[in-house]
Amino acid sequence: MDQIKRNTLNLFEDNDHLTTELRLGLPGSDDQPEIKTTSLSSNKRSSSEMGSSSCMDENESTFSPPAKEQIVGWPPVRSYRKNILQVKKMESDTGSGIYVKVSMDGAPYLRKLDLKMYTSYEELMKGLQDMFKCLIGLYSEREGYNGSHHALTYEDKEGDWMLVGDVPWEMFISTCKRLRIMKSCEARGLGGSL
Amino acid sequence: MTQSFPEEVLEHVFSFLTSHTDRNAVSLVSKSWYDTERWCRDHVFIGNCYAVNPRVLTRRFKEVKAVELKGKPHFADFNLVPEGWGGCVDPWIVEMGRVYSGLEEIRLKRMEVTDEGLEMVAKGFGKLKVLVLASCDGFSTDGLAAVAANCRNLRVLDLRECEVEELSCHWLSHFPDSFTLLESLNIACLSSEVSFSALERLVSRSPNLKTLKLNRTVPLEKLSTLLQRAPQLVEFGTGAYSAEGLDAYSSLAEAFSGCKKLKSLSGFWDVIPAYLPAVYSVCSQLTSLNLSYATTQSPDLSKIISHCHNLQRLVVLDYIEDTGLETVATSCKDLKELVVFPSDPYVADANVPLTEQGLVSVSQGCTKLHSVLYFCRQMSNSALVSISKNRPNITCFRLCILEPRSPDYLTLEPLDTGFGSIVENCKQLTRLSMSGLLTDRVFEYIGKHAKKLDMLSIAFAGDTDLGLHYILSGCDSLRKLEIRDCPFGDKALLANASKLETMRSLWMSSCFVSFGACKLLGQKMPRLNVEVIDERENLNSIPENVPVEKVYIYRTVCGQRFDMPDFVRIMGKDKADVYNLS
Repeated sequence: MDQIKRNTLNLFEDNDHLTTELRLGLPGSDDQPEIKTTSLSSNKRSSSEMGSSSCMDENESTFSPPAKEQIVGWPPVRSYRKNILQVKKMESDTGSGIYVKVSMDGAPYLRKLDLKMYTSYEELMKGLQDMFKCLIGLYSEREGYNGSHHALTYEDKEGDWMLVGDVPWEMFISTCKRLRIMKSCEARGLGGSL
Repeated sequence: MTQSFPEEVLEHVFSFLTSHTDRNAVSLVSKSWYDTERWCRDHVFIGNCYAVNPRVLTRRFKEVKAVELKGKPHFADFNLVPEGWGGCVDPWIVEMGRVYSGLEEIRLKRMEVTDEGLEMVAKGFGKLKVLVLASCDGFSTDGLAAVAANCRNLRVLDLRECEVEELSCHWLSHFPDSFTLLESLNIACLSSEVSFSALERLVSRSPNLKTLKLNRTVPLEKLSTLLQRAPQLVEFGTGAYSAEGLDAYSSLAEAFSGCKKLKSLSGFWDVIPAYLPAVYSVCSQLTSLNLSYATTQSPDLSKIISHCHNLQRLVVLDYIEDTGLETVATSCKDLKELVVFPSDPYVADANVPLTEQGLVSVSQGCTKLHSVLYFCRQMSNSALVSISKNRPNITCFRLCILEPRSPDYLTLEPLDTGFGSIVENCKQLTRLSMSGLLTDRVFEYIGKHAKKLDMLSIAFAGDTDLGLHYILSGCDSLRKLEIRDCPFGDKALLANASKLETMRSLWMSSCFVSFGACKLLGQKMPRLNVEVIDERENLNSIPENVPVEKVYIYRTVCGQRFDMPDFVRIMGKDKADVYNLS
């Protein structure tokens, strides 16, 4: 057993790179190639962190604290533990995120969206169109739905379903409870807000 | 060799062996012992679901009552294993459903569980008593509803740190009104509301309920109702521990004082300090206290802890500070396990006065301390040496200094001697996680001294392959090794190939192990699966000397698996790389 150990150690002593000399420099200097530790590398299809569909992870990437590059999986703390504290912090810093469910007629899964990520109806539309891969038009009295097949509606605090776009944006995000992307033919009967 | 004892006698003797390691050992003594043992083993533990397959299980063991399965590697907890890697339990459920109609206990860890799988469990195992899902994902409340509706004999439903798709709050209502056997319910991981009335009715009709861990959405005002219905509780986890005003205080305090058997408390999200004294009446009974969601300051934490003289397990945030840990050291003389999580892991200088000193204090004051998980921002060799000398009885030591490669903050030296002291003095050490600035020297110490070490986690450490070589050649008891971002490469791995067959698994990510070495290892070691996990495109055109992103090596009797996604390849089988065959 000792013989084997000695033989394998010889393997290392012969090679210049693998001596036992104590290096006082930080690892990563001298002849060691730099170890990539960041989570974003150009060829990746989707890193697990960015690929997660959890809303909390979206928050994480937007609200990460300044001046510290985040390493994937470091420190070794479970995601749900990171999120709870970050949510609390955000709530005290910026007011809570406004998460609403978004459904689209015909789609099997619901999505969730933070309305606070947007500052206008145009941005919201763009975000939804990206998410659901569809065209949504804002309703106007003159032009109807502008030729698009879908319309955006929302349920307000009183439980009524309204067309999106009538009230100022700030008022909208404070009263919107959930969103629904309907087929525009079905949306004709809805009224505007008060 | 002639059989000295009749089989019945042998079986009777084996029935006293409860640990699976002992059972595995006796089954290796002789063919007849192997045969006798396999007919009477009813609790099976499979630490890596890919080390065997469902058919191997059912062919060997015929009457299994309890099965425990683990799937993904540990680093999956920190998002290092891409989604879709594997570890799906469904094929196991199908096969076990075919053979083990009397199955009573299913425990899964880090496995992908689907709603279809849960439905199969619910309908296939009528005698199921225990379902524990730890760190599992892939299922929704629909699957839970199926379990609730169909598992007439269920005692334990424990969703420990799972990620559940929460489609409905009504799944709890699927427990029939006639169902009264519940002993343990843990739904702390759910983030949406569950129907409180269903919960209350369930608790009211469960006289044997010992464990109840609520989720954050159950309001404080409702706690006294639940506690009054279940004063026999031994383990209780609150929801959000806050309310407007103090109206709910006195009924809550009274309800807690009625819980004479309560030994464990957890929950405490969004804690309002004024409500903490409501638990004082039970503090002296507590052996376990989890305040890791309690984002409140040190004085409040210290006050409650100072009442807990019988505490054995404490989980807390770094808000406790060094002063709070001094309180722990003086008040909790029976403490065995300490966990301190970071409140703000990403901020470089969070200004929380928790340093190495807190851990040193606890190591001095708590003579029974044997398990530590500690996150902090600074450490010194002298502190580590003190800790190791104070507590040579430590068996599990996990230290995470938040900034990678942090040196001894006093001397700016590597922390080699500190960790060296830990492995030298703590001779019963079975688990070690290291951090900070570490050279190959620390691995020399570990290889030399850590003879009982079973699991080792390394990150951002070491200088050369020699580091890895010391570990693999020196740590006689090593079964699980996980390494990330270390300059370890092919030489140490190939030189210690046979060691890998004595281990459950080796994980290496962001190291210097090349495609070529993985292929060679896979070719030379037929009983190892060398899984390269790499999400880069055009993998076929990457030269063999380029390091892989991640490699997961584990021993197996089954060869390759057939459920691999396209970013996983098992290397070196059948003289060529084996890709996903499905």
